[in-house]
Amino acid sequence: MTVFSWQVALAYIILAPFIGGFMTGLDRKISARMQGRRGPSVLQPFYDVSKLMQKETKMVNHLQQFMVSGFLVFVAFTGALFFWGGDLLLVFFSLTLAGIFYVLTASCANAPFSSLAAQRELLQMMAYEPMVLLAAIGFYLATGSFQVREIAAASMSGIVVLPGFFLGFVFILTIKLRKSPFDLSTGQHAHQEIVQGLNSDLSGFVMGLVEIAHWYENVFLFGVIGLFILNGQVWSIPVALLVCFLVYFLEILVDNVCARVKWKLLFQSAWIVTACTGVINLMILSIVHLAK
Amino acid sequence: MAKMSKSPWVLHYDAASCNGCDIEVLACLTPIYDAERFGVINTGDPKHADIFLITGGINEQCKDVVKQLYDQMPSPKVVVAVGICACSGGVFKDTYNILGGADTVIPVDVYVPGCAARPESIIDGIVKAIGILDEKRAKMKKGLPVDEAKEEE
Amino acid sequence: MEMIGFLILFPFFVALLMACMRKGSLLRRYTLYAACIIQIVCDVYFSVTTLASGKTLTFLEETHGLDQVILIGEWVLVVLVCYYSFKFRKYYCALLSVLQTGLVTWMEKVGYVEQCPTTNHIMIDKLAIIMCLIVGVVGCLICFYAMGYMREYVHHHSEVADRRSFFFAVLFVFLGAMHGLIFSDNMLWIYFFWEITSVCSFLLIGYSQTTEAINNSFKALWMNLLGGLGFAVGIIYAVLQLKVVSLHDLVLIATDGNNDLAGFALVTVAFLAFAGLTKSAQMPFSGWLLGAMVAPTPTSALLHSATMVKAGVYLLIRLAPAMAGNSVGLMIATIGGLTFFMASCLAISQSDGKKVLAYSTISNLGLITACAGIGQEEAVWAGILLMMFHAVSKSLLFLTVGAVENSSGSRNIEDMHGLIIKLPGLAYVMIIGIAGMFLAPFGMLVSKWAALKAYVDAGNVLLVVFLVYGSATTLFYWTKWLGSLVAVHAHSDRIEDKTKPTQWMSLSILATLVVVLCVLFPMASTYIIEPQLQDMYGTQVGDVLGRGNIYIMVMMLILLFIMPVMARILTLGKKEKLSSSYMGGINVDNRKFVDSLDQPKQMYLSNWYITEWFGEAKMLKLSLAVAAAILIILMTIAIGGALV
Repeated sequence: MTVFSWQVALAYIILAPFIGGFMTGLDRKISARMQGRRGPSVLQPFYDVSKLMQKETKMVNHLQQFMVSGFLVFVAFTGALFFWGGDLLLVFFSLTLAGIFYVLTASCANAPFSSLAAQRELLQMMAYEPMVLLAAIGFYLATGSFQVREIAAASMSGIVVLPGFFLGFVFILTIKLRKSPFDLSTGQHAHQEIVQGLNSDLSGFVMGLVEIAHWYENVFLFGVIGLFILNGQVWSIPVALLVCFLVYFLEILVDNVCARVKWKLLFQSAWIVTACTGVINLMILSIVHLAK
Repeated sequence: MAKMSKSPWVLHYDAASCNGCDIEVLACLTPIYDAERFGVINTGDPKHADIFLITGGINEQCKDVVKQLYDQMPSPKVVVAVGICACSGGVFKDTYNILGGADTVIPVDVYVPGCAARPESIIDGIVKAIGILDEKRAKMKKGLPVDEAKEEE
Repeated sequence: MEMIGFLILFPFFVALLMACMRKGSLLRRYTLYAACIIQIVCDVYFSVTTLASGKTLTFLEETHGLDQVILIGEWVLVVLVCYYSFKFRKYYCALLSVLQTGLVTWMEKVGYVEQCPTTNHIMIDKLAIIMCLIVGVVGCLICFYAMGYMREYVHHHSEVADRRSFFFAVLFVFLGAMHGLIFSDNMLWIYFFWEITSVCSFLLIGYSQTTEAINNSFKALWMNLLGGLGFAVGIIYAVLQLKVVSLHDLVLIATDGNNDLAGFALVTVAFLAFAGLTKSAQMPFSGWLLGAMVAPTPTSALLHSATMVKAGVYLLIRLAPAMAGNSVGLMIATIGGLTFFMASCLAISQSDGKKVLAYSTISNLGLITACAGIGQEEAVWAGILLMMFHAVSKSLLFLTVGAVENSSGSRNIEDMHGLIIKLPGLAYVMIIGIAGMFLAPFGMLVSKWAALKAYVDAGNVLLVVFLVYGSATTLFYWTKWLGSLVAVHAHSDRIEDKTKPTQWMSLSILATLVVVLCVLFPMASTYIIEPQLQDMYGTQVGDVLGRGNIYIMVMMLILLFIMPVMARILTLGKKEKLSSSYMGGINVDNRKFVDSLDQPKQMYLSNWYITEWFGEAKMLKLSLAVAAAILIILMTIAIGGALV
């Protein structure tokens, strides 16, 4: 049994913004509760984007919205490719391409805050990239295929042999979700870091597109988390959803209890954690493979 | 589409304030008052903001900054003057270095007096501003001019 | 047969013409253009016809006369090297040169070579054809570009003596030598052409005759001569111990499990691979490639994208089957992986455009070297593709950086800030080049992907780790550069684009090749690389990446091209207003702000180089030392293990 197909990809393209927006709303609600507040409505992210769409848009130059469109299109493409069941490495390469469009959005503004954030975002990408690629390799070693479709239909859940990869991926997920302590380049909603990071010089509907792109990205990222759990059996689907929810809750908790760190600590910890989890797990796996 | 008033993002600028009002503004975001339950976000970037919240009187140094921040905010936008200094200059009104309230440089929509303004009244001011925001959006849809201040070239 | 002779000798003939012609004459210019076009046409024609015949061609069994000519040629090179060594008091180069040529001459004269079974001296298989296309097409495009470039160069650098005749002559000698190198199968012949490229690169790097140029050129010379010595020792060992002079036969012996001599063959393989490492500028021999950046840009482009360094990895790929799963392979793969990672880290700290390109070249060559070291079909497939894509993208980048330098007076990336406004044409070409180097769905990424898969399949964890971490650092330095290019400088004016139409022609052909190759590479794979691998390994190599993925990548490419349309659709009915950028409310305009004295102050945005971690001062010595240690230890193990 496999859940991946072009219908799912299509469903992703249509539904991911709603799921992603809802997830963000939930995040804000849970965060507020953790801080002893009531918090906004769960639908608040949709109100925000709807407002951004209605507002006037002031840009520094016309190239910015081209880059933002690139970000959105390729993030959606990445997720669609993933949920269609494509090659995991290609999925991650496409995600990198999307990320680069986002960085260029900020670079092309040629503005102090945007440029600073662009460099910081690049540092973050450099920090998480090894683990992302390793995750794909881990799945390949565990199941013998890079195809998401085949990985998900494997007889055994990936996490059984890939616990290190899972931990490493959850670690860098904090960077990808732009959560404290790793939200150096741009924070979410009320968080600020050196003004608004990559979004400093975006406004109006262009900013709205960025938000939607983030929703797409988040749904995709939790797809990868779910992939660690999925196997050929039907019961693995609810378990995967549950694990996704737990991981999300963990990320929100970390977000609320941690202060933002400096870039050196971010970079070092990401690479070292990758080495201690992903690489060691990879070594064990390949030894097992050689023994076979 | 949802109304704009569901998501008022605030830019808070301290012009020449004694910090009394600023502390009260931030108090609005604390668990007791929790302004975020109305969707309020305290953003640091004029380009994301809908409501411009000014505390303190205007002096020579901050005059241009206030003007520029206002210009960089995309329409529709509302200005809220918080505290008596921002409303009129307060006790500093006649000093040589204060030009007066925020309305000496930009059009102000809502005045929240007080020294310092209480969080309750600030939230009340924001809620009033939200109403004006919707009105301005409606005007904008009809193609009418909304912000009388001259746009930056 | 005549055709091959023509392809090798024609560049030498053109070199002679170039050397004789008057400086700056119209005749010389058109001769050069004509020669380049003839060479390209012939190379392409030859490749296509040979491919169409589908056979591996071999020629020339009896070559006594030619062997004498080559021996004389080698001594001419020795005299040349000695002359320069004594002139500049770098005696060790003379020593190295005399030593290795003396050894080879001794071997030939004593008659050991005659005892070896005679084989064909020329062998043309698919790999040779790929190299022929790279050298011929890319190399000639660079020469084409060089004519326009050097006119500007002489104009800008009035302090440098105008030695253009010499320069063009050496460029063509280089091309001729490369053709000779890739078509030869006899190791003595390869060795001869190998030495020519070493000496030519020395001459080209020292073109400007400044102290720096001379020092760097000697650095290149001694490193390559050291490799040459390794080559010579390898040949002598092969002749004396194995009675073999053909490279092809050597690899056959080394891979033949039933042959008692297989172990001894590995010794030769190790020495030849060592020579390959020096030529492809792997750590610890990376220094010469960095130093070579003092030369005029076409030299850098020719040496580092299409010819010189490719000769090194070409040899390694030839030897790849003999390195699969043994200690020599381990040595080469480890050095390659380490070089890939370290060089890409070092590239982060560089702001000089050419230096970034140099480090990136070293790094990418490391990847190809590692592929060859793994030695399995899949890895070699990736290695050959990397070689192709790298040649095209990197030469494009070198030439563009040169053109930017000619127009704007600087090749520093910091000065390329806002290039998209200042020199839009060159900026777009450069963006294509950079995208070609590291982004999906362009060529280099495709091959990197295949390499990653090959490393995983080979079970080499160390290489996988080097590759994933190295990809991350690669991403950093390229995107940083890309960000500088696209920064839209307000109130910035266009600079006059001094690029000549002929230069533009080279640039646009190469840029087109970068894009077209990512659509056409499956064909190259089916018709050239897979048959080649079948010849080398005797097994069928299937689709390494899978046909479906290739369609998806083509889809991505199309998506990229219709991005402007997509952007229009996404923003339909919306209008944006231009406003100033956010600077805390104190901007004067987008590039100036009000400082604390109420004065307008110019804003300067710099890139991030993280020198405290990735700076040359911190990393270079360390990585060279580590690489040298690994090389010595693993080489000892490899040779010792083979002999025991």
